Amino acid sequence: MTSRIILRAPTALGRQLIRGQHTMSAFEMQHKTPLTKRIDPIPVAMYGGRQAVSMLPGGGIGPELMSYVRDVFKYAGAPVDFETVDIDPNSESNDDLDYAITSIKRNGVAIKGNIETKSKSAETLSRNVAIRNELDLYVNVLHCKSYPGLPARQKNIDLMIIRQNTEGEYAMLEHECIDGVIESMKVVTASNSERVARFAFEFAKRNGRKKITTIHKANIMKLSDGLFLETSKRIAKEYPEIEHNEMIIDNCCMQLVSNPHQFDVMLMTNLYGSIVSNVCCGLIGGAGLLSGRNYGDHYAIFEPATRNTGKAIAGKNVANPIAMLNAGIDMLHHLGHVQHADLITKAMVKTICEDKIHTPDLGGTAKSTDVIQNIIDYILTVDVRPW
Amino acid sequence: MSVIARNVNRLALQVISSSVRSIHCTAANATAGIEERPDARTSCTLIPGDGVGPELMHSVQEVFKASGIPVDFEAYFFSEVNPTLSAPLDVVANSIQKNRVCLKGILASPDYSNTGELQTLNMKLRNALDLYANVVHVKSLSGIKSRHENIDCVIIREQTEGEYSALEHEGVKGVVECLKIVTAKKSLRIAKFAFDYATKNQRRKVTAVHKANIMKLGDGLFLKSCEDMAKLYPKIEFEKMIVDNCTMQMVSKPQQFDVMVTPNLYGNIVDNLACGLVGGAGVVAGASYSANAVVFEPGARHTYSEAVGKNIANPTAMLLAASKMLRHINLPVYGDMIRNAVEKVIRDGKVRTKDIGGQSSTQEFTYAVIANLEIPKAAKAAAV
Repeated sequence: MTSRIILRAPTALGRQLIRGQHTMSAFEMQHKTPLTKRIDPIPVAMYGGRQAVSMLPGGGIGPELMSYVRDVFKYAGAPVDFETVDIDPNSESNDDLDYAITSIKRNGVAIKGNIETKSKSAETLSRNVAIRNELDLYVNVLHCKSYPGLPARQKNIDLMIIRQNTEGEYAMLEHECIDGVIESMKVVTASNSERVARFAFEFAKRNGRKKITTIHKANIMKLSDGLFLETSKRIAKEYPEIEHNEMIIDNCCMQLVSNPHQFDVMLMTNLYGSIVSNVCCGLIGGAGLLSGRNYGDHYAIFEPATRNTGKAIAGKNVANPIAMLNAGIDMLHHLGHVQHADLITKAMVKTICEDKIHTPDLGGTAKSTDVIQNIIDYILTVDVRPW
Repeated sequence: MSVIARNVNRLALQVISSSVRSIHCTAANATAGIEERPDARTSCTLIPGDGVGPELMHSVQEVFKASGIPVDFEAYFFSEVNPTLSAPLDVVANSIQKNRVCLKGILASPDYSNTGELQTLNMKLRNALDLYANVVHVKSLSGIKSRHENIDCVIIREQTEGEYSALEHEGVKGVVECLKIVTAKKSLRIAKFAFDYATKNQRRKVTAVHKANIMKLGDGLFLKSCEDMAKLYPKIEFEKMIVDNCTMQMVSKPQQFDVMVTPNLYGNIVDNLACGLVGGAGVVAGASYSANAVVFEPGARHTYSEAVGKNIANPTAMLLAASKMLRHINLPVYGDMIRNAVEKVIRDGKVRTKDIGGQSSTQEFTYAVIANLEIPKAAKAAAV
């Protein structure tokens, strides 16, 4: 029964996009495709089967959740060593941020909470966006799957959201040319649209998904969203075995809350992805459950699906640890430690679906530590070590 | 930590009956629909090696048996000096590849070659598994008299290229050329290993040992690779030192060193020098890493063949290597248990082997370690 719940995450997902770019010569990269960034990947920090991973706890409930992940990993015997990197939210300088990015480049993989950017000055970048852009993590994947037995608006949802993660409305190009008139630019490029579309179709193919729906607003933004839509239609022709259709974002949101079962894989630009992700999380039980994965050609970052800091509940021992734990499980799948990932998944599903130990956000009264304790207890029942 | 504190009863139970529990819990769980986790017992390749290796391994196995450690050994006799009895290289390599951990004694390498083959078996094994990084943690043990105190340094050595490339030829009669190969890829790889090791173990400084003033291209490349990699680790201090100066500093003021990264031959020399500072080949453990596998072995490579069968060799190095192995495979409590017992026996000073100034036999030392095995304080505090 539990096996149905196990995430259908493929192993080594990040590696699969090494195509195209690497068959080009350095000359071609420089002169024929000026938008392609040339990156010499640094080998990952894996020694003797143990992998070093950057851990960015971020603000709010991040540090608590990370300590739970550490505990569970320790008891499950996952061969992962964490390198914790803290970013000071009050600092105006980007030194900590640069160090965090360097650390992810060295390790190749990171698990991350939501990082606060307190500064309101236009020069200080939003750190979350800066990390994604600097590492070129152009796709965000969210697997939205219902947990049986959990209070939720909709039952039996199983859909994937694939979101362009680096451009669109998040290009951070805003200006005031004339007093009182502010322009914000939304940038859509053919190359990034193609990468993300190709990722979506490859992903659907590998995971046995049947249908991809491109979400857009090309009736209004005929050029920018039009380009995104055209690109995905073009790529769809290369994958005749996967059904492809399109839907306008406003209609999509309505359909999601009324009949979400019609969707399989959804492909969309940055801002729509942010909205749809949050809608889906709301449908199956809130911000505390799901995890999101960010992939680039060389790096991968795992984080909770809804990028909230949860400052109001920080330090109260009531935050739902499941989302961050799911991010950890995604990471183990990515690193190829399927056994450990399955063990933690089983323990987690048993805790929330069978034992019904729920934090307040799911309508329960349990503390965060109760949930984690139950998960660890389950892991220990199948272990013989004296902890 | 509340998570552990809540677990008191379970912990107490597990600590007391860890070896028995595995049997009972399988049966109980079978009815509850919970399967035993597949990696509850770990298998580990065991290569006793030449010289006193088999005696030392016996000692390790005694200790493992006495503490009920869930590790199964897959033993292979592997030797260059005894080729008829030796298991084939690919069999041993496959076993290590599969188990990902190996505990290995020292293989004797003769200083002649009957067949014209230049690579030693040790080198073949390293190349087959790509065990590129050798780590020797040299730490003073209290209770052993030595010239220096409080030494705590880690020597990281590239061990798949450099002088050990086994490329030697006599182009003109009487003139032998030996090639030392240095590649950017492998230099960067070992430099990154050293910095990652320093990051993981909260070390502050990495020293690159080289001879780039003479070998400007070869060692120069190694040094440049280390410098390049150092830029990615702004929080770790980086310094470079010429190998001859390094050996002098090592014997006069070894406390200044933290993590050292070296090419192949220099590493070999510095390893042995440093081991000598803290009590000799019998007391320092080392490990060789590839991306996927680790081979744990004594830090200084001596077979001590003159002591074979005399029951006088010091099993400390092998026991400490085993303790490191247990930490690596996520059994840190057992690892600490063995390490603490060994340290206690040496500190007490009643049972000492000949090399550290005593009269006891290998067996007596082993039994003394077994008598001192106890659950470390941290785990005990949680259980009480």
